[in-house]
Amino acid sequence: MAEMTMIQAITDALRTELKNDDNVLVFGEDVGQNGGVFRATEGLQDEFGEERVFDTPLAESGIIGMAVGLSTQDYRPVPEIQFFGFVFEAMDAVVGQAARMRYRSGGRWHAPITIRSPFGGGVHTPELHADSLEGFMTQAPGLRVVIPSGPYDAKGLLISSIRNNDPVIFLEHMKLYRSFREEVPEEEYTIDLDKANIVKEGTDMTLVAYGAMVHASLKAAEELEEEGISCEVIDLRTVSPIDIDTILESVKKTNRAIVVQEAQRQAGVAAGIVAEIQERAILHLESPVFRVTAPDTVYPFSQAEEVWLPNHQDIKEKVKESMNF
Amino acid sequence: MVFKSPVEGIEEKFEMIQILNEDGKIVNEDAMPDLSDDDLVELMRRMVYTRVLDQRSIALNRQGRLGFYAPTAGQEASQLGSQFALEQDDFILPGYRDVPQLIWQGLPLYQAFLFSRGHYHGNQMPEDVQALSPQIIIGAQITQAAGVALGMKNRGKKNVAITYTGDGGASQGDFYEGVNFAGAYQAPAIFIVQNNRFAISVPVEKQSAAKTIAQKSVAMGIPGFLVDGMDVLAVYKVVQEARERAVNGDGPTLIETLTYRYGPHTMAGDDPTRYRTEDMDSEWEKKDPIVRFRKFLEEKGLWSEEKENEVMETAKEEIKAAIKKADKQEKQSVTELISIMHEELPANLKEQMEEFKEKESK
Repeated sequence: MAEMTMIQAITDALRTELKNDDNVLVFGEDVGQNGGVFRATEGLQDEFGEERVFDTPLAESGIIGMAVGLSTQDYRPVPEIQFFGFVFEAMDAVVGQAARMRYRSGGRWHAPITIRSPFGGGVHTPELHADSLEGFMTQAPGLRVVIPSGPYDAKGLLISSIRNNDPVIFLEHMKLYRSFREEVPEEEYTIDLDKANIVKEGTDMTLVAYGAMVHASLKAAEELEEEGISCEVIDLRTVSPIDIDTILESVKKTNRAIVVQEAQRQAGVAAGIVAEIQERAILHLESPVFRVTAPDTVYPFSQAEEVWLPNHQDIKEKVKESMNF
Repeated sequence: MVFKSPVEGIEEKFEMIQILNEDGKIVNEDAMPDLSDDDLVELMRRMVYTRVLDQRSIALNRQGRLGFYAPTAGQEASQLGSQFALEQDDFILPGYRDVPQLIWQGLPLYQAFLFSRGHYHGNQMPEDVQALSPQIIIGAQITQAAGVALGMKNRGKKNVAITYTGDGGASQGDFYEGVNFAGAYQAPAIFIVQNNRFAISVPVEKQSAAKTIAQKSVAMGIPGFLVDGMDVLAVYKVVQEARERAVNGDGPTLIETLTYRYGPHTMAGDDPTRYRTEDMDSEWEKKDPIVRFRKFLEEKGLWSEEKENEVMETAKEEIKAAIKKADKQEKQSVTELISIMHEELPANLKEQMEEFKEKESK
C-alpha cells in the first residue's frame, strides 16, 4: 500500500477508471497537457491520449452540456468544473438538464456523468472559488452529491461515482488535497454511495459532518475526550441523499446531535438533517439538535476567512452547550 | 477614424439563398437538389399533413384536450426540409416547436400528443429514433448537440447531430458556447436557427446589432448560411450540404432560415396582435411554403387538388386515431415518476415511494 495525498488518490481513481472502461472521458479547462490546476489529471493525457483526456474551451455551461450530449453516445463523461464557484455558469446544464435526463426521456437516455470540482475554504483563494455550494445541488432531484474527507475515501468514492449510471457531483475540498497522506491501496476498490461512515465511535454526542469539517469534528472530539465527553463522529460521505439511518442509530445511542457544515446556516444540508432527526427521533433527544455553520453572508475574501469558517473550538463550545442543556 | 472594422458590411455577404420563389418558379437551377419526383411529392405530403396536424392540434387545445402546444404553421419548410435531409441514425435535438421533425423521424403521433399532455411516454423516443425530447430551456440543447456530435465523431459514425432554436435562442450564452465547442472540435453538428422574427413578442431587430444570425458563424470560424426558410428546396439543399461536410470531417454549419409563425407563440394565452400587424402577417402569408411548392409541383404535373384532399383526409383520420390511442394511455402516476428518477432508488425516494403507493391506492 502506498501513502497518498487526496489529490494523488483522485488521480489514481481517474486512471483506474480510464483503464477499466474505454467509455470514460475526462475533460475540462486545463485538464489536458497542464494536468489540471491542482494536478488532479497529471499525466493522464499522455497515458490515455487526447481523445480520452482533453481540454475544453473556457465555458462551464458548454462543458456540462457537452457531457450530456456525450452520454447519448454511450460515453461516461467525467468533466471538471475548475472551481465549484463557477458552477453557477452551468446551473441549467447540471440541474435543468443532466439531473433530468433519465426521467425526461422515460429511461431512453441517462446521464452517467461525474462532475468533479474543488471547493472549500481556508486556502486564500479569490472570490467564488471556496464557496460551499452543495446545498444548491442537494435540492436538485436526480443528482447525487458526494464529498470525500480524505485520500482513502476519495479513491473509493470517485470510482463508485464514475461507475454510477446517474449524475454525481463529486466535490473535493481544496484544503484536504495535500494537507495529509493516508494509506491507499494501489488496487481498485469501491465505497458505497449513499452510505455514511462512522469515523469515531462515542457514547455522549453525535457529531455529523462532511468534507473538511470531519477533521474539525475529530479534533474537537479528541479534546473533549480528555474532558470526559465521548463523541461519535459521522462522516456523511454522500450529502445527497443523506444516510439518515446511520445518523438515527447513533442519535438513539447518544441522545444528542450536532450537525457541522462549512456552508452558511440557512437551508442547506445541516438544516435538512436537523429536520429529519427531530421528525424521527424526538423522544430520544436530551437537547435540541444544534448546528455549527458559517454565517449567512457570502464567502469572504480571504482576509476574514479564518474567523468566518467554523472550527473545532466552535464545535467544542456547541457540544458543551448541548451537554449542559 | 484611422481604423475601419475589417468586417464592416459583413452581413451583405450573407445573401438569402433561394431556389423556389414565391411564385413557385425555380430561380436557382444550379442549386436544385437531387430529389426524385417521389421525394418531391413526399415533401409536399409531409408539409400538408403537418399543416393539418397544426390546425387539429390548435382545435384540440381549445377544447382542452391537448395541453402545451406551440403552433408550427408557416415553419413547415424550415422544419421538414431540414429533417428530410437527415438519415435515420442522425440525432435530433429539437426545441419545443420542433415536434414535426420528430414525428417524421419516427415518433408516433400519439406520443407527440402525450408530450403535449405532459406524459413522460411522449418523451420516450422509439429505439430507432435518435433524438432528445423537445427542449424547454431556450438554447440548452445547443451545447448538448456539440456533445452528441463530438461523441459521433469519436465513435467513427457517419452521422450528424442537428439542433434547432429560434432567433431569440441565438441570444443565449449556450448558443455561442455550443456552436463554438462544435467548431473547436470540428464535430459533425448542424445548428438551425429558425428566425421567425419574434421571440414571443420581442422582434429580432432587438436581439442583436448583427443584421443576420448567420453571420455569427464568422466569429465561430465555421460556415454559415442565410436561407429562405419558406422555400423547402433551399432549406433541404443547404442542410444536405451541411450534412455532407459534417460526415466528411469538415465540421459544423450554422444555418439561419428566414421564416414566420402564423400562430401565437404557444396556445397558453399569447396574443400576436399585441406585437404584429395584419400587414406583416399577410406579407408573410404570401411567402407560404406550401402555396409556392404546390404551384411548382402542379406545374410539373406531380400534384393536384384531389391528391391534396386525399392527404388531408388521411391526416385527419390518423390524427383522430392517434388521439384515441393517447386517450387510452393510463395517466402517469407519481410512483412511476419516482421509479424513473434514478437507476438505483436512494433511500429517501424508496420511503416516498411507499407513501405515494398508499396515496395513489386511495
